[in-house]
Amino acid sequence: MTALLLLPLLLPIAMPALARRALDRLAPADALWVITVSAVVLAGCSLAALGAFVLTGLLKLPVFAALGELVHPLRTASDLLVVPLAATSVGGLAVCAWTLARSVLRQLRAFRTARTEAGHGPAAGDLCVVDSPRPDAYALPGRPHRIVVTTAMLRSLDAAEREALFAHERAHNEAGHHFFLAAAELAAHCHPALRPVRETIRLAAERAADEAAAGAVGDRRLTARAIARAALAGQSARSARPDFAPAATTGPVPRRVQALLSGPHVPRRAVPWITVLLVGCTAVSCVAAGTGMIDFHHRVEVAQGDESR
Amino acid sequence: MDERARPYRAAARSTAIVAKVHRTVDEDGVRDVPMADSKDERRPAGELEASVMAALWAADGPQTPGQVQLSLGADLARTTVTTILSRLHEKGVVDRHRQGRGYAYVPVQDAQGLTARRMHTELDRDSDRETVLARFVAQLSADDERVLRDLLEPGER
Repeated sequence: MTALLLLPLLLPIAMPALARRALDRLAPADALWVITVSAVVLAGCSLAALGAFVLTGLLKLPVFAALGELVHPLRTASDLLVVPLAATSVGGLAVCAWTLARSVLRQLRAFRTARTEAGHGPAAGDLCVVDSPRPDAYALPGRPHRIVVTTAMLRSLDAAEREALFAHERAHNEAGHHFFLAAAELAAHCHPALRPVRETIRLAAERAADEAAAGAVGDRRLTARAIARAALAGQSARSARPDFAPAATTGPVPRRVQALLSGPHVPRRAVPWITVLLVGCTAVSCVAAGTGMIDFHHRVEVAQGDESR
Repeated sequence: MDERARPYRAAARSTAIVAKVHRTVDEDGVRDVPMADSKDERRPAGELEASVMAALWAADGPQTPGQVQLSLGADLARTTVTTILSRLHEKGVVDRHRQGRGYAYVPVQDAQGLTARRMHTELDRDSDRETVLARFVAQLSADDERVLRDLLEPGER
């Protein structure tokens, strides 16, 4: 049982590498789906495993054993293994619960602010212009969907590039990318190994919107230029301020521009192996967590004297 | 109705407010008969409004419909641009004054823009605002900047 339940805790470690590979190999929209669903399921399974360890540890305590009406001692692996594992799980679950709750509250607040503020008054179509010297643009999910663009961003792009930008933001809203980002955020708080996956999911969402925008304006090079120009404009506006420590690796923006310039994605196989690997990994995690839980349940029933072994 | 104007008018009629404004414009004698039947004419009215508004914000001073049409560089008829500008004026998101025989338009920082700015600063305070908002571009590192400049054509630098 212990070994089975350790599997869902260990499998997410493979996830960051698999997710990065999936984004390289799959069409961005497909990658976004596969990676997000896998991350959420893996996160859920690891939480379930942690919960089972905590319960096991609790039932070792006489108070809880009496409360659970155990007549025999719970049969598990050696106490030397189970007790530290349970203690660690309690700590892990507590940290998860704390950061999850904080993140959910923050996101709900931001969504609510966005919804109420953007829903008011007339607007030029779905465009919401903010008079600001800092180039910035983002999609604002809500009813109705809005795209928010600063005047500095509008002025740093020409008319065709602005159309590419609008198409990009509309793609975010139409595909409901904020749900994926929220799911990625929640998964990242459930298992430390899923933290880098959040960045991959974010990049996948941007890539998917880039591809949709390129399709809408019918020009990949134009879309790439719009992204590059917008990013560079933001950079020059920031140079007057104290800059944060630059990252050592190549960031997401050059990768997006490069991907657009290098032509559309052509799948080599109907079902790429990376999809199989990700789905397999997720399935193994599910089965391990499920079997572990059933086994645990059975042991508890044995200990309660309801069932003979 | 002009056969070719139909897609655009159908889109314009999609909301009651827009339909009302449309009628007012027609009563003023400003006819909306697009000359070109291009893909731009078939786009939803909301998207055209956004594009025109963006062109106004991007420009330095007041813009006539002709100037907006030029700066958009799209296959939009001038009458279409005029109609959209009139509609934006009805909504109160642009201001206009007489210039020659027509009007010149400037965007106004209306209540909508003000609430948007409030929200902008509100969201800026949240260190992890990226979690809910898919931003167009993220912060660049020094390396990113160099790579980007290399990727752009030399003429674009």
